[in-house]
Amino acid sequence: MDAHAHAHEMPWIRRYIFSTDHKIIAIQFLLMSLFFLVVGGLLAAMIRWQLGFPSEPMPGGMLLPDEMMAPTPAGAIMLPEFYNSLVTMHGTIMIFFAIMPLLVGVFGNLLIPLQIGADDMAFPRLNMASFWMAFPAGLLMLASFAVEGGAAGAGWTSYAPLSASGEYTGVYLGQQLWLISLTILGFASLAGAVNYITTIINMRAPGMTWFRMPLATWALFITAILILLAIPILAGALIMLLFDQTIGTGFFLPASDGEPLLWQHLFWFFGHPEVYILILPAMGITSDVLANGARKPVFGYHAMVLAIVSIAFLSWIVWGHHMFQSGMNPMLGTTFMITTMVIAVPSAIKVFNWLGTIYKGNIHLHTPMLHALGFVSMFIIGGLSGVFMASTPVDVYIHDTYFIVAHIHYVLFGGSLFAIFAGVTFWYPKMFGRLMNEKWGKIHFWLTLILYNLVFWPMHSIGIQGHMRRIYDPTQYEFLQPLQPINQFITVCVFALVAVQAIYALNFIISIWKGKKAGNNPWHANSLEWTVPSPPPHGNFELVPIVYRGPYEYSAPDVEEDYWLQDTPPPSETAAPALEPQPVAD
Amino acid sequence: MSWMLPESFSTFGPDVDFLYYAILVVTGIVFVITEALLVYFVIRYRRRDGQKATYIHGSTKAEIIWTTVPFIAVLGLAFISIPSWNMMKNPDSVPADALDYIINAKQFEWEITYAGTDGVTGTADDISTINIMHVPVNQAVNITLRSEDVLHSFFLPEMRVKQDAVPGMDITVWFEATAAGAYPIGCAELCGNLHTTMGGTLNVYEAAEFEAWVASQSADADDADDQEDQ
Repeated sequence: MDAHAHAHEMPWIRRYIFSTDHKIIAIQFLLMSLFFLVVGGLLAAMIRWQLGFPSEPMPGGMLLPDEMMAPTPAGAIMLPEFYNSLVTMHGTIMIFFAIMPLLVGVFGNLLIPLQIGADDMAFPRLNMASFWMAFPAGLLMLASFAVEGGAAGAGWTSYAPLSASGEYTGVYLGQQLWLISLTILGFASLAGAVNYITTIINMRAPGMTWFRMPLATWALFITAILILLAIPILAGALIMLLFDQTIGTGFFLPASDGEPLLWQHLFWFFGHPEVYILILPAMGITSDVLANGARKPVFGYHAMVLAIVSIAFLSWIVWGHHMFQSGMNPMLGTTFMITTMVIAVPSAIKVFNWLGTIYKGNIHLHTPMLHALGFVSMFIIGGLSGVFMASTPVDVYIHDTYFIVAHIHYVLFGGSLFAIFAGVTFWYPKMFGRLMNEKWGKIHFWLTLILYNLVFWPMHSIGIQGHMRRIYDPTQYEFLQPLQPINQFITVCVFALVAVQAIYALNFIISIWKGKKAGNNPWHANSLEWTVPSPPPHGNFELVPIVYRGPYEYSAPDVEEDYWLQDTPPPSETAAPALEPQPVAD
Repeated sequence: MSWMLPESFSTFGPDVDFLYYAILVVTGIVFVITEALLVYFVIRYRRRDGQKATYIHGSTKAEIIWTTVPFIAVLGLAFISIPSWNMMKNPDSVPADALDYIINAKQFEWEITYAGTDGVTGTADDISTINIMHVPVNQAVNITLRSEDVLHSFFLPEMRVKQDAVPGMDITVWFEATAAGAYPIGCAELCGNLHTTMGGTLNVYEAAEFEAWVASQSADADDADDQEDQ
């Protein structure tokens, strides 16, 4: 009995809910993280209401309980403790429950087995367990809004001692749930990482050498190694902080001879590799989509792989740049400045190679291509603004200001999220069998690109004027009052930016049923996922594919079409049927 | 909207502002060139039916150039940053004649302690203020920054000073104001529910005015002591 037939005999709940099929798990991660993306966006809108219109009644605020919004005759006004929870949870949810599962959970699961020619992950049950740990962890995180004292409010970085004892914030259970939720999510990430690494090392199809792998898979492979090494550090720190909160240890509390800076070292030793966990898969996706759109091989494929590997290596020795003003020894500041400056080089290499990829191409501006180009142009800005804070004396001034907020959003929204839009649109047919609507996809892209820049570009400017981050009411500072019109402008643009995402949501949902049927290879791409039906059957490949070439042989002079599937035998060998894939002989 | 820094009023100002503008120029040039190329390529090489893209896999020469040039540029920016960083943050750089201060941060105020007339902190004639800091112009001040609860961050935007206050640590902060006036003090590290209220004012006086202020405060303190004695 082949795997395909087997799948249809399984009960519905095993096929769609507790599924071990990597493609179904990818869709589960997709739906989960898009939900959290919406939640995170709504939290951002509430934050911006308060910043644009401090302590004015928030529309719809009366719907929220009195612990969050103080009711007045004119309407409900946001409380500062709720503002702190919003800031904390926006960051936490976006990073851990939206961007990270979108990049790693969705594309890791969907692409790795398909792109290397495997029938599934190495450990399908562990894969299922990974989703079924991640999803409840997310629900637990959301539930913390409803507990006494509210959700965690010490920032997504949860700096001790503010996070280590409820007496400083009034948040006890909320902070503990934050810690427990992220610990569970950490286990989910580890299960995924072990799976990706094993699958890529052991299950590549014949001919799929390391340097014939698509860059998306390369990036996900290196990302999985980063996750495997970084998450245990976070988990250790989270559990130590949980002990400080609950059983009276004092790892991070000076009153018990603890060390607040230890939390920062542990958090950022995890946290900086995490930054690259959130961008490397986006770079891989972008490389795949750009080559496809430009109908041209990726420029400098080996340099691109080397850049990914060197970014991953350097990401372990730059964490101190988050701590220049923390009271860490200034000598260390100098050391971390130099390593941080150096990590800009592989990022620059990638940008130049992307430009090289579209140079002399035959560029098809389909929706995924637009988003990939959006990624490159926005990542340039996010990368360059990083140079400012790498310089320690300049960082003295801009640290903890809106300049940093602008920078992180140019990397994670302008960067990661545009790549996610590119990737979801590009591989949507492999998940649902149909294409998303191109016209509405393009409208969504342009509106998002424009509004996104109207929101985050001015944040550089108010940061340069000294506007601190995470302040509940900027008008409390006289020197920030002249910036209030900019704050209001940003707020209005955020509302519009959130609203236009409805276009994407509707396009996504309606296309599941109404989209154009995709066929095997709607984008005329080369890698193995495009050799099988959309969506591929359980077990993916009817015959084990044989790989003859790299994934970016677009516009090769040897063939008439401008693409050349990785498993198409070379012309000289078509006459030799012995090399063609064969079913096992009777 | 502006990319210009607000005017600075400390001896750190010229160094920090020079580095900022140097980086702004370097990154600005890279920004314009890369974005312009991106847009140009998209327009110049847009789809033409019946035509194929040029089949190129890369160029070792190009890779070497665009690896070494950024490498030299960023290392250059790092090295020109080192002297100012040492001047601002290395405790050995504090001038010997600096006036001693202690700042104790707590939820949600800055408690500032002055040496008083004897020039030594920790003695009976110390003066203390909350959220308002008084310093003389053209005179280095040497602050021992402490916190008694959570992290705070002592931020003087126009002095180009920012330093976290960490419970359990004594951290040295110094600066020298170059113009009399009133400047904002901010807290730049999330420190709890009322974090946003933890602002203050830095008053920079001419030397004589400052001495008069110290004398008046000491007199008040003496009066207060006398009343307590009675």
